[in-house]
Amino acid sequence: MENVELQQDQVAIPTYTELPYYRKQVRIALRNCGIINPQRIEDYIARGGYLALAKALTEMTPDEVIGVMKESKLRGRGGAGFVTGIKWEFARRSPARPKYVICNADEGDPGAFMDRSILEGDPHSVIEGMAIAAYAIGSEEGYIYCRAEYPLAIAHLKTAIQQARDYGFLGKNILGSNFNFDLHIKEGAGAFVCGEETALMASIEGRRGEPRPRPPFPAVSGLWSKPSNVNNVKSYAMTPQIILNGAEWFASIGTENSPGTAIFALTGKINRTGLIEVPMGITLREIIYDIGGGIPGGKKFKAVQTGGPLGGCLPAEALDTPVDFDSLVQAGATMGSGGMIVVDEDTCMVEFAKYFLTFASAESCGKCVPCRIGGRRLLEVLTRISNGEGKPEDLDEIEYISRNMKEASLCALGQLTPGPVMASLRFFRSEYEAHIYDKKCPAKVCKGLITYRVIEENCTGCMVCKRNCPAGAISGEKREVHYIDPSICERCGICITVCKFDAILIE
Amino acid sequence: MAKIGSLEELKALMQEQQQLRKQAYQEKVIIYVGAGTCGLAAGAGETLEQIERELQKRNLSAEITTVGCIGMCVREPLVDVQLPNQPRVTYGNVKPAMVARIIDEHIIGGKPVMEWVVGIVPTDW
Amino acid sequence: MSETFEDQTFDLAPLLEILEGYKDQKGAVIPILQRTQEVYGYLPKPILKEISKRMRIPLSRIQGVATFYAQFHLKRRGRHLIRVCDGTACHVKGAMKTVDVIHEQLETPPGGSSPDYKYTLEIVYCLGSCGLAPVVVVDEKVYGQTEPDKLVRQLKRLD
Repeated sequence: MENVELQQDQVAIPTYTELPYYRKQVRIALRNCGIINPQRIEDYIARGGYLALAKALTEMTPDEVIGVMKESKLRGRGGAGFVTGIKWEFARRSPARPKYVICNADEGDPGAFMDRSILEGDPHSVIEGMAIAAYAIGSEEGYIYCRAEYPLAIAHLKTAIQQARDYGFLGKNILGSNFNFDLHIKEGAGAFVCGEETALMASIEGRRGEPRPRPPFPAVSGLWSKPSNVNNVKSYAMTPQIILNGAEWFASIGTENSPGTAIFALTGKINRTGLIEVPMGITLREIIYDIGGGIPGGKKFKAVQTGGPLGGCLPAEALDTPVDFDSLVQAGATMGSGGMIVVDEDTCMVEFAKYFLTFASAESCGKCVPCRIGGRRLLEVLTRISNGEGKPEDLDEIEYISRNMKEASLCALGQLTPGPVMASLRFFRSEYEAHIYDKKCPAKVCKGLITYRVIEENCTGCMVCKRNCPAGAISGEKREVHYIDPSICERCGICITVCKFDAILIE
Repeated sequence: MAKIGSLEELKALMQEQQQLRKQAYQEKVIIYVGAGTCGLAAGAGETLEQIERELQKRNLSAEITTVGCIGMCVREPLVDVQLPNQPRVTYGNVKPAMVARIIDEHIIGGKPVMEWVVGIVPTDW
Repeated sequence: MSETFEDQTFDLAPLLEILEGYKDQKGAVIPILQRTQEVYGYLPKPILKEISKRMRIPLSRIQGVATFYAQFHLKRRGRHLIRVCDGTACHVKGAMKTVDVIHEQLETPPGGSSPDYKYTLEIVYCLGSCGLAPVVVVDEKVYGQTEPDKLVRQLKRLD
């Protein structure tokens, strides 16, 4: 084939690092994703794969590995943000044997797919990170708990584990160091609560995935009551890079108390949806406008939800909040596992909170009362408000139930279920009040609070809306102004879609 | 497959693999198809089949490799084309109908189809 | 060896093979149930009993696991899942007429399956495609503006 020089055209093609979408990104956990063939271990090795494991096994003691992890101040990327090195140290000091290393890949938040992307795109980085953790705490056996809804991630993991065994990165006497370690995959069976570490371990043991009180923490008594270390996919994927490049390098990225990078699945009303990895400390504004390209259709930004159904939303005034574990909590949201959903002026915050609450309360495992009953009651109150039947005392009721769920629930699911409601009530209280006192939905979303009306000046009497109305709520003769009967209207919005004359409005 | 028994052996394997990649980079046309779940949902499977068909039609050989998700969900399916010793050029929203033109103009003609180009993957990534 | 339940006779051989594979594994209840459901399509009671007996795990515990996770089904399901939307827009556009026609012509009652277990019919609330009302989702495919007779013809054409 003829080899034509591309030089002239190249001038016009920007490299990724010049694109607004990537300019501010720093790729550590995602460094291989989309670059290498994830099903070829040789591609991973060519990019320095398993060198960190080799370095740890041949040049470092387990305590030195833990020392580096502590110094790097890597905080758990599953959402809670506990310092990974300290967690490993607890597990190392536990006297009981055997010990287990567990990877939490039960990514259940709607709109979050960071873990899936890493498992699909770079499974070896997770395997290598787990092997390093196992060496550090003194474990010979590990589990990856992955939701069954991720068949491609499971397939790539299986291939990767077999390849790692073939090359001797898993198995007996790894790299001639006398260190043994092997991995199993456990598929979830469709329960959101299994993302909670004690529920996850119960599920691996083949029981109902119900959480139990902590302490004892998994580091002391975890899987089969043995010392266990549970970390998220992203934490393990970052580990090899920290061991290779050193704690100082990692700590130099991000902020003092939240070093390194954060990974977000950017979705919702935003121009460039996608998966991003950014240094901690970047502001929400930079993420949403510089990387995400702002809100489509010239609409106004309204809120951004971080932390998924157990997180919280932040308003426009909070856009300059730096993104790190502590600042987000201080601002009223949470870091969570990495979902970031942007909404514009067309979203009703009551409805938005209700959506997350519907999800979280349905996923309550039912073991503890505050979560099981509290979530249900909270949903009833919210449903009432969005139907236009809200009472003035409902806002106090929300706060009362939320406080009790937060204080008394057994696990993070129950404690954080009220999060989205509390955050939206804190920042968008006037919207709740409009629903309750004025019986209006300012975003014109809640069906119980809106009416469709014909704008008489614009209506030509073409009868299109009348023919299309599924409820038969529209009357009027040809070339006469039509009328929508609010008592029959189902608020489905079909009339607005079909009207060519902008003659129907929502009030 | 021989097991790797030491750090030195691993380093040797790494260098060998880097050399192989470098050689492929210098000698072959390499086509990367983003085939994570999101890429596949956007139609990467059909695009991949079309690439194979169109290459065969023209009697062209190329290394086709599937990769995971690079993060630009909104531009899926993503296809990168790398000519020997040339930068790795990414195309976005590559539907099967677009494949023939990319092959004719870029792989055969040496000129990237600028209107569909997203960017160049940096070599130091 | 076989068992009969819900008009179905089960060949136990595949089950025994599954159990053999997990014989020495700790905590294998969930993968056993997953593989079993792959073979039988759901988790029939006699099969659960058989698992309990052979694995020496109390049936109550197996039942507890099977009912906890959303993935597991305890009732036999048809090969094709028909979900008829009965959200308000679809309701007023005649969703229940569709349900009646499917019930009548395909002998599939709402919430149940046809005698030959080709179809399972579910009524669901608003799939969010009101503009396409009435909406029916068959397996993963969305059918909009459905007409009952045409839909039934399409359903009959499925394997």
